[in-house]
Amino acid sequence: MGLVESGKIPKPLTWLMNYGRKYSLWMFQWGPACCAIEMAAALASPRYDMMRLGVIPFPASPRQADLIVISGTITDKMAPAVRRLWEQMPDPKYVISMGACANCGGPYWDSYSVTKGIDQVVPVDVYVPGCPPRPEALLEAVVILQDMIQNEDMAARWRGRGEPIVVS
Amino acid sequence: MSALEHLTDEGRQKLPPRPTAQEIVVTGTNWPGSEFDDDPMIINMGPQHPSTHGVLRLMCELEGETVTRVKPIIGYLHTGMEKTGEELTFVQGATNVTRMDYASCLFNEVAFCSAAEALLDIELPPRARWIRMLMMELNRISSHLLSLATGGMDIGGLSAMIFGFREREYLLRFFEKVTGLRFNHNFFRVGGSAADLPDGWQEDVDKLLTDIPKGMDDLDQLLTENPIWLERMVGVGMIDKELAVNLGASGLVLRSTGVDWDLRRDMPYLDYDQVEFDVISATNGDCYDRFRIRMAEIYESLRIVKQCLENMPDGDYRVQDRKVTPPPRARIDESMEALIHHFKLFTEGFKIPAGQVYTAVESPRGELGCMMVSDGGSKPVRMHMRTPSFYNLQSLEPMMVGGMIADAVAVISGIDPVMGDVDR
Repeated sequence: MGLVESGKIPKPLTWLMNYGRKYSLWMFQWGPACCAIEMAAALASPRYDMMRLGVIPFPASPRQADLIVISGTITDKMAPAVRRLWEQMPDPKYVISMGACANCGGPYWDSYSVTKGIDQVVPVDVYVPGCPPRPEALLEAVVILQDMIQNEDMAARWRGRGEPIVVS
Repeated sequence: MSALEHLTDEGRQKLPPRPTAQEIVVTGTNWPGSEFDDDPMIINMGPQHPSTHGVLRLMCELEGETVTRVKPIIGYLHTGMEKTGEELTFVQGATNVTRMDYASCLFNEVAFCSAAEALLDIELPPRARWIRMLMMELNRISSHLLSLATGGMDIGGLSAMIFGFREREYLLRFFEKVTGLRFNHNFFRVGGSAADLPDGWQEDVDKLLTDIPKGMDDLDQLLTENPIWLERMVGVGMIDKELAVNLGASGLVLRSTGVDWDLRRDMPYLDYDQVEFDVISATNGDCYDRFRIRMAEIYESLRIVKQCLENMPDGDYRVQDRKVTPPPRARIDESMEALIHHFKLFTEGFKIPAGQVYTAVESPRGELGCMMVSDGGSKPVRMHMRTPSFYNLQSLEPMMVGGMIADAVAVISGIDPVMGDVDR
């Protein structure tokens, strides 16, 4: 059993590890639907520029990513692929559910083919409401996620996950 | 041995001679002479590939690096919007269809609304028509900029992405001012638009007309004559005229092959016969032509926007028919009839005479049509969108077969499919 699993890391070391992790989130580059355009605007447009938060976009493989943003509608056909992507990511990994569709089905609540909430498939850390959410909302979600990582107890994370957070 | 070798030969700096086959020792497997040697390789691209513009999945059969067969697999974003549309009234319908082609939302709304208006047989006031034209052309610019930005990123030019998104933000700021949302506007309703243009829109549009060409110059300098860009685009993804017509391609894909077809000019809707613009077409049918047309169409759209700014008529922005448009908020407090109309409109919706109609608009991707069947109720019995990306995607196979697998991303970004538009 390693040091992390045993939960016996000295506090300054925990702080240092969390501090390092929170500013080097690698975000998996993909975009299922409309919210992906707002996500791309948050990442690439000079007006929002998410890289200043330490979120480095564009690993094209989930195996290099720490963070995945589910930015759009996930259908029942796509859901297994999302699960598989999430499983390929190395731990510790984080999920932001962006937009009404990914949160709960949103405008497609009555649809026969849409997964009503991506949290049925993968555990979600931060929910961003909106249809589509503004890029600022996604930036806020990243800041909240970074706060969460800073105060995270790695040993507790190993034992089980806490409650998700909703951006208000 | 070349004639110049005695001049350039620098002795020791030459590469060592290539080892012969006997010197290469392969261990650990029995590659040479395997029974699978001549089999083609099947590569699966997507559905989460970063450059497939969403959730397109391609199954490619490769012979070495050459593509021999391609099969696009779609349906990963099928949200059943056409079926959902049958459960929504004509008042609510626009908010559903606007999420189909999310890069050019306003076109979906116009296609839907003009189908309903054709069944209702109502004539829009001039200002409503010109507002639609102004907003649609601005949306065409933003859609093309998005396409150039992501297309540039797919090829590897991240600066193109930053330039494209920078100009697009100006447009989105204007859209937000007018419609309240950056996209998925739900701005155009049956019988006009949800609101009039805000005060001071002339200055905003005027500023856009000066700002966007400036940013376009950056994109132009970066891409148009960039040797890397030319290398990746010229002669890639060729398609000929007949095949494009037979596959039902429209828009840029069709115009790049030399077919001079634009619904704005050839089947004018709204007031497009009163504005001056050129239809841009090319003859080679490759990715570079599609890129050049996209750049040129932005300038043509700016021309139309300029004319809309100068000729915007005064008057109503929606028809004054209380059966179709809701009464102004102030009237509801004064008039019982207005209250009843408002209540009926937002609960039951208005009824549309029975019939079937097809209307089409020229979206940035091609012919976007709406086939609507009504049985006299307040909801469509069948609402089908003829979405351009779905038909243009069929031309992916003839474009890719025979080319390199590395050109797949260039071809996809040339067609610029929006998967919400393909799968609906």
